[in-house]
Amino acid sequence: MSLAAIDWGFILTQSVTQAFDFNAVVYALAAIGLNIHFGYAGLLNFGQVGFVAMGAYGMGLSITLWQLNPFLAVVVGMIFAAIFALILGLPTLRLRSDYLAIVTIAAAEIVRLIARSTVMRPITRGAEGLNEFIGPFRDLSPFSPGQIYGIGPIEWRGSQFFAVVVGWILVALSLLLVAQLMRSPWGRVVKAIREDEDAARALGKNAYWYKLQALILGGVIGGLGGMVQALGNATVQPDFFVAPLTFFFWLVLILGGVGRVWAPVFGAVVYWFMITFIQNTGRQLVDEGLIPTSIMDTSQIDQIRFWIVGAALALLMVFRPQGFFGSREEMALDAR
Amino acid sequence: MLLFVSSVLLIWGPGLAVAQEGGESVGTRLRFENVDGDRIPIEGGRVTVATLDGEAVAEGLSDAEGNVEIPVPGPGTYVLTLDVETLPEGVVLRDPDRLSTETQVLEGQTGRTIFALIAGDVTLDTDEGVSFRQILQLSVEGLKLGLFLGMGAIGLSLIFGTTGLVNFSHSEMIVWGMLVAYFFNFYGFAGFLGFMANWPAPFGAGVNLAFAALFAIAGGAGLGYAMDRWIFLPLRERGVSLISQMVVTIGLSLILRYVFLFIFGGSPRFFADFTAQSAITIGIVDITPKDLITAALSIIILLGVGLLLLRTKLGKAMRAVADNRDLAESSGIDVQRVIRSVWVLGGSLAGLGGVFIGLSEQVSWNIGFRMLLLIFAAVVLGGLGTAFGALVGALVVGIGIQVSTLFIPTELKNVGALALLILVLVFRPQGILGRAERIG
Repeated sequence: MSLAAIDWGFILTQSVTQAFDFNAVVYALAAIGLNIHFGYAGLLNFGQVGFVAMGAYGMGLSITLWQLNPFLAVVVGMIFAAIFALILGLPTLRLRSDYLAIVTIAAAEIVRLIARSTVMRPITRGAEGLNEFIGPFRDLSPFSPGQIYGIGPIEWRGSQFFAVVVGWILVALSLLLVAQLMRSPWGRVVKAIREDEDAARALGKNAYWYKLQALILGGVIGGLGGMVQALGNATVQPDFFVAPLTFFFWLVLILGGVGRVWAPVFGAVVYWFMITFIQNTGRQLVDEGLIPTSIMDTSQIDQIRFWIVGAALALLMVFRPQGFFGSREEMALDAR
Repeated sequence: MLLFVSSVLLIWGPGLAVAQEGGESVGTRLRFENVDGDRIPIEGGRVTVATLDGEAVAEGLSDAEGNVEIPVPGPGTYVLTLDVETLPEGVVLRDPDRLSTETQVLEGQTGRTIFALIAGDVTLDTDEGVSFRQILQLSVEGLKLGLFLGMGAIGLSLIFGTTGLVNFSHSEMIVWGMLVAYFFNFYGFAGFLGFMANWPAPFGAGVNLAFAALFAIAGGAGLGYAMDRWIFLPLRERGVSLISQMVVTIGLSLILRYVFLFIFGGSPRFFADFTAQSAITIGIVDITPKDLITAALSIIILLGVGLLLLRTKLGKAMRAVADNRDLAESSGIDVQRVIRSVWVLGGSLAGLGGVFIGLSEQVSWNIGFRMLLLIFAAVVLGGLGTAFGALVGALVVGIGIQVSTLFIPTELKNVGALALLILVLVFRPQGILGRAERIG
């Protein structure tokens, strides 16, 4: 019954591990995609989780349904996400940004509902999800599944370490791509559209087409996040892709700073460190009886995450919309 | 699909509504629908009861009316499993995976569940299965859903109209109303002010749901007031952009939803009153009295809101602000006061809508998000920002959802509504009643 009984070493190790685990990669990739959508092109995508799901299902189905090789499967996952972007973008990108927000949040939920429906069970395995796609990827992995890899106390099993390594490589490539793109003429046009669509149009730029390209690009990077999730958890389950997840990605983006290349990675690492730290500490406090179970039991500790995300999202948006690294001017957007 | 609906309506047979004194039980009524749409009771169907851990508790056989009632040791959640071997030849479950269903038993009450059964050769996907009666029945169901959605949609649309803000936490106002009603229905004020325990209801004990609903309206109005007074008015004054405010509503909705989960718990429950009712037949449509009354009340209230908007000074001011804020302000309307009233009105309508939804379906912490998407479909369909458009949109969405179950699997009915939302944006982005102005 004392603070001394709390195993801070364990909590810190856990937190650091989670901060660099494949989950953080998933969040980072999804937020990099969102950054292209919102940070650079000013598109209000409230359904990023739908793109993540499309990527994961695209890759999983390629193997369970069509027996493609793993590299092609990744390409198919990217195509799935791109098609989803086309379906969403074609009707809505001419409209005001709040319409896009409503449509994307609805579309992401459609993806989940269809994926888990009994009608689709022969293809998506319904609520159980896809589980038999991991074999070909395990064969590619240079790490033996049972062995432990890591630096010091931060360890992963070989089966997951593959997802961690592949994931961070994908993050690095995506960041490189975003950095180069935003320095290119394309990036300048996209940012110009965000600032003043009419002005960009007056200069002869097809704003609709540029916004569609941005939606596709960000969606595909989000889709890569879905594939890393699939690789790390060795399963693709529809109920992983619930609507609140999108707003976790939003928090990660805003935490780092909207419109900054590096920001999503920083946000994802900080987010996972903080959440793991708080939850593990909370769990130990309950176990030690420092928080009476009449107030909260261990199963309720997991709900704290939603309170924190909700509060952090609202407070950051009001008091520090530019996050850690952003500039306030870039966040001076408004619904037009 | 119709069968499912009609089973829900008809399962509460007379005499089943109240369990024997003090004893808890579980019950169901086994009936199947034949090709002509008649519901035929099944005698001798065996139902077994187990706890959530899988420990068998009891079993029972259905009587000539198809009724099964099985006493259980106490309140809690039980799993009822139907023994398909005991069903008549050719009768099967509509969804073979729903062989077992969970039911919650409250103290002294009967926990009810349904098994949707059909004669094996009836496939509702064939054209012969669609009768005029089915369409009418589903339309009535849909009208009811549409009215309940309308209670939320009008508020959302008015708030959008007057402030430009899409309120993603509107659904939590609905759930809030539902939970406030549940709380007063069971506990009264003593639930959080313990010293009142020996006072008369509503202080020391729960009240009838009809009174609890008044608390829900007040609670919804209070939440609407608080959100505008302490959150969105300060944000407007700070000049926080609408997109940022929208993200704030999302943050709020996450917090509220999980506070509801923390307090209320994860499993869905039912109100103490009006839960088990037998359907009455009006013409060729079956409807339970509670659905009839709540639908009628919704119509009256929505008409009242319509009158308020059209005839009263406040209502005219609301529409004026929604139409052109600057013009309204320069003609002497106190815009902030109008916005406050819209939040309060929206909150109270949502709160009452929540009670109706809880009564018609169940009381649950996470019913809000599904409702939110349907409300979005409704307001976009009707034209974002128009109060009457929102109502028309809600009715179309409600009826559309229910009637669509004749053609698509029930589990995908909400998907149909959301797909409609996207289609509307392609072909008529201003909605049914919206004006064709450039919104791009």
